[in-house]
Amino acid sequence: MTTTEEMVRARGPAPAPGSRRRPGFNRQTAAGWLFVSPTLLILGVFMLLPVAMAAWVSVSDWGGRGSPWGSGVNFVGTQNYADVLGGRGLAARDFGTAIRNNLYYVLLVVPLQTALSLTLAFLVNKRALRGKGFFRTAFYFPSVTSSVAITVLWLFLFSASGAVNAVLSWFSIQGPNWFQDPRGLIHLMLGGGAAPPALAQPGLFGISAWEWLAGPSVAMTAFIFMAVFTTSGTFMLLFLAALQAIGEETDEAAMVDGASTWQRFWYVTLPMLRPTLFTVLTLGMIGTWQVFDQIYTGSHGGPSKTTVTPAYLSYEAAFIAQDWGRGAAIAFVLFAIIVAFTLLQRTVLGQADPALPSRSQARADRKRQLEVRNGAK
Amino acid sequence: MHPSSRRAATAAIAVLASFSLAACGGGFSSSSQSATTSGSASANQNPVTVLIGSSGDAETTSVKAAVAAWSTKSGVPAEVKVASDLVQQATQGFAGGKPDDVLYVSTDQLTGWAKNGSLEAYGDQLANKGDFYPGLVSAFTYDGKFYCAPKDFSTLALVINTAMWKEAGLTDADVPTTWDQLAAVAKKLTKGKRVGLAFGPELQRVGVFMAQAGGGLISSDGKAQANAQPNIDALTYVKKLMTDGNAAFSSDLGAGWGGEAFGKKMAAMVIEGNWITGAMKSTYPGVDYKVAELPAGAQKGTLQYTNCWGISADADNKTAAVDLVSFLTTKDQQLTFAKDFGVMPSVQSATDGYKTDNPTMVPFINGAAYAQNLPAMAGAADVIKEFNSQLAGLKSKDPKAILDATQTDLQAVVG
Repeated sequence: MTTTEEMVRARGPAPAPGSRRRPGFNRQTAAGWLFVSPTLLILGVFMLLPVAMAAWVSVSDWGGRGSPWGSGVNFVGTQNYADVLGGRGLAARDFGTAIRNNLYYVLLVVPLQTALSLTLAFLVNKRALRGKGFFRTAFYFPSVTSSVAITVLWLFLFSASGAVNAVLSWFSIQGPNWFQDPRGLIHLMLGGGAAPPALAQPGLFGISAWEWLAGPSVAMTAFIFMAVFTTSGTFMLLFLAALQAIGEETDEAAMVDGASTWQRFWYVTLPMLRPTLFTVLTLGMIGTWQVFDQIYTGSHGGPSKTTVTPAYLSYEAAFIAQDWGRGAAIAFVLFAIIVAFTLLQRTVLGQADPALPSRSQARADRKRQLEVRNGAK
Repeated sequence: MHPSSRRAATAAIAVLASFSLAACGGGFSSSSQSATTSGSASANQNPVTVLIGSSGDAETTSVKAAVAAWSTKSGVPAEVKVASDLVQQATQGFAGGKPDDVLYVSTDQLTGWAKNGSLEAYGDQLANKGDFYPGLVSAFTYDGKFYCAPKDFSTLALVINTAMWKEAGLTDADVPTTWDQLAAVAKKLTKGKRVGLAFGPELQRVGVFMAQAGGGLISSDGKAQANAQPNIDALTYVKKLMTDGNAAFSSDLGAGWGGEAFGKKMAAMVIEGNWITGAMKSTYPGVDYKVAELPAGAQKGTLQYTNCWGISADADNKTAAVDLVSFLTTKDQQLTFAKDFGVMPSVQSATDGYKTDNPTMVPFINGAAYAQNLPAMAGAADVIKEFNSQLAGLKSKDPKAILDATQTDLQAVVG
């Protein structure tokens, strides 16, 4: 920025101080617009326009033929959203089931993959570790493999007579028929009986409380293992970069102060990793709420709809059932959910940037300052 | 067309295409309009494209040969494209206003595409319209219009492992013709981990018992009747077979479908369609089997599945497309398809020829006389999927409760 200003200044007399701020269309702004125009054009055509189109489809009765902006396509208001969010019809129940499935998926995958990737990052960051390069590559490898290939691998590993069940049988455990088993984990823990009458009534989205509490199905659990396995490598890389940015001096300083390993991790390293932690949690959450390709390749939502996710439901409503408005509406509701969860997470974690103290921390700081000043008096 | 004018037309199309790329939505309607005008011109020479979802090399080769033969005869250039995901590719074509002219359409897809106007209702223009099985014509009739020519069809029958049959001391005279007999032979054939009878956990298989009980999800006058007594009887019968341990869902055996359970000898009998013969030949050549018609409950009953040759409403050359479909559905061509990749001809005039060529397949084609179609109105696929998701737990569920829930969902779509 300074260099450009200097160039401009060198070329001619400096503009009057007042004219700088006027939003006039001089050569500099023209050049600016010219340079950003390719990006703007590409973003406009490939992002803004499709999003606007999808938004229109979600409030129209477009049936999938010709342009959604053509004649014969009518505005139907919030009808598509009402079908999905309100009532107890099949569309709402399907959406409720999809939300339930995905919620359990997010709640299990995000903490597990974050913990695992952090652990892996610590392990491969150790100076004493031999073959560091090998382990870093090995842990990162699942992340660069296509998710379709891994899904197919998973289908074999977790089949009724697959490798996983073979290993379980060494311990005299009769493994389930993973991808065909719709039973929820929480239901299984409770002994797999019928629903108590109090919980059997249709509730939110027409789904009974008993069904909401089912937990992830056995089939979904296999997908959860897979997500943790494939994504931990990527996030390990992020943590590793952050760990190396901290440097050894900080750790050594803490050591000199007499901090134990655990204290160094908990009070020194982890707070410094907070921005990365926020990134990993946010990326993990967005990724897990959008899970689609594993479902599409692996289970098509079965068994008994226990692996249907909102993203897959949206695809199915649009492409298979030709119900495009409903499909687009589901996609926008999913978008809203992701935004809401990210904001919630931001609040819970405080500020992402440790340079800017969180509100409670700022309050504490101010209090301390006040105390110090009062004490000085 | 004059060479220079053709070049001009190509340039115009290129400009149009680039415009539609830049403006996305705006381009669609203009290109679809140009397609309609050229489509209405009679005897044009625009090439015809055929989009198929192939079951394998045998089908692809056979369809390509047939389309090439028609192309030579008619002088209209034609091209066969094999889709990896037919529904998605076709959908993109319809939305973009540049669909392929002729394409495979399943009964499930017909309603959606007929409703949004993507498909041309050309059935009545066909000379051999009266030759198709009436049940197939009704499967492709929407809103009173016969949309497209049935390509071929499949029915379900009882497939029996002959070695196990003999081992259990059963003879040809024991082939079950009633529900009681079916339960009896299933019991005899159950041994250790192997069950007597297996079928997929879905209406698409279990529905045969509803048809045999005289039920079905939709009554003959088009009303929802999921929880009618015959359907309850059918599910109760199936539940008993399973709780007695003589029958199981293929998924519970760890198989992807009935054919796999049968081929891997997890079950002595399965309810499957005629496509199983291809899988047996290619994947499980060591298993000997025979096919029998399904036993009757209150009446004979089975289910049928079919695809049709759909023609896009926005096709460039509809006249030629209809001519191509007429050619592809002739008796001789259908018998060639039957020989090449094992499908059953959709025209009645080919029945005798088919029986002569394929004596072991006779029970399948006999099913055409009493086969039911599954409901295919808009939203029905979702209802069936929901039913299937409940069916998986049939062993521990009340059949009536499942059917009551299905009735509620079905009423919402039947209207």
